[in-house]
Amino acid sequence: MRIIQSSEVAKSVITKESLFILDVRNTDAFEDWKIEGERVRHLNVPYFDLLDGIEEIEDQLPKDEEILVVCAKEGSSIMVAEILEEAGFSVGYLSGGMKAWSEYLEPVKIADLKSGGELYQFVRLGKGCLSYMVMSGGEAAIIDATRMTNVFTDFAEQRGVKITNVFDTHLHADHISGGRQIAKTTGATYWLPPKDAEEVVFEYAALEGDMSIQIGDTRIDIQALYSPGHTIGSTSFIVDDSYLMTGDILFIDSIGRPDLAGLAEDWVGDLRESLYSRYKELSKDLTVLPAHFMIIDELNEDGSVSEKLGVLYEQNHGLNIEDEKEFRELVTGNLPPQPNAYQEIRETNMGKIQPDEETQREMEIGPNRCAVR
Amino acid sequence: MNTTTFLDAKGLACPMPIVRAKKAMKDMQTGEVLEIHTTDKGSVSDLTAWAASGNHEIKEQQQESDVFKFWIQKG
Repeated sequence: MRIIQSSEVAKSVITKESLFILDVRNTDAFEDWKIEGERVRHLNVPYFDLLDGIEEIEDQLPKDEEILVVCAKEGSSIMVAEILEEAGFSVGYLSGGMKAWSEYLEPVKIADLKSGGELYQFVRLGKGCLSYMVMSGGEAAIIDATRMTNVFTDFAEQRGVKITNVFDTHLHADHISGGRQIAKTTGATYWLPPKDAEEVVFEYAALEGDMSIQIGDTRIDIQALYSPGHTIGSTSFIVDDSYLMTGDILFIDSIGRPDLAGLAEDWVGDLRESLYSRYKELSKDLTVLPAHFMIIDELNEDGSVSEKLGVLYEQNHGLNIEDEKEFRELVTGNLPPQPNAYQEIRETNMGKIQPDEETQREMEIGPNRCAVR
Repeated sequence: MNTTTFLDAKGLACPMPIVRAKKAMKDMQTGEVLEIHTTDKGSVSDLTAWAASGNHEIKEQQQESDVFKFWIQKG
């Protein structure tokens, strides 16, 4: 039996390899979220239905292909994988289970920057979160870091760059930010939009619209652009005159939702203004780099999530609703369920509560739901 | 609640609470009640789903600090 790491599963998803998954979690958990990919096939049978043997599902399992057994943490998947192996199947289990999958980040290089340096996107496949690292002249900036802070600090260390600035585009409601922790361990400055930070209980630097921050000695501007709507403070960045980091305002195939801080009606006008005026004035050649993706179809060939702003103005439905009333209905009416524990996640990101790691993990369980399509 | 069989599954990680519960149920008669104590958070949803799948009925459920207590009637 093979022990299969999340990184290997990530490669299969990105390169669209065929993958058969026997998911032995409860049906509820499976239906809520699972490992998705274009050529990923699933069979969901809870492990407790397999304790007496696998005869009943045997003919639904492939005989000429490895079966990846997946559960919440890994214990049940090992047990089921052992039963399958004894029955003669080729089998592996996901090390650390869905917990590890949810925490795995795949670094994907987006570009070499014009003025030297590199831009990386960190794709959290299991949760749909996207973080960024801008590196130049021995320094690095991180945007929208997740709570797996080691991934970022190790990555910076391997490349010999010092993290000097850490940003959050807004106060996140779907995942716990690693920004403050990274700033604390590296001595970097932690930037937050003050309008989102009214209730935070720690020191931060105020991220205001139209600011420029230089990373390294090569000049790379991170230009902040005030773009409210998902939250009242939501701020975008233009990096190297070429990349537009939209946070949770604009995604590839959807747009931000205005209700997670409880003020959908108040903020829908701001969201419209950001999407239909502010962004429209920008160059169509900017490459949009959002803070999330919703569905695996939004991934490019190399696993990155990005698209030209001009293309989004042609293809993203949320950018093409002429009628303001219709737009208002879309973003306030049929909203998807709110993310798991989103109030507690916001309070954690404000520093008001300090849940332990295990609790943080559970708060983040499930898909992110920051968009309306 | 009249407990017929008591199972201490505290400290056990998934899948053991269910494996033990299933084994205990095997020796019980329909209508008898299994009381099980666990500490694994995942066992709450798993025991609920397992009971439903086996037509057992959860008669009562409590949490006392870190311990989850279930009374499950064999179906």
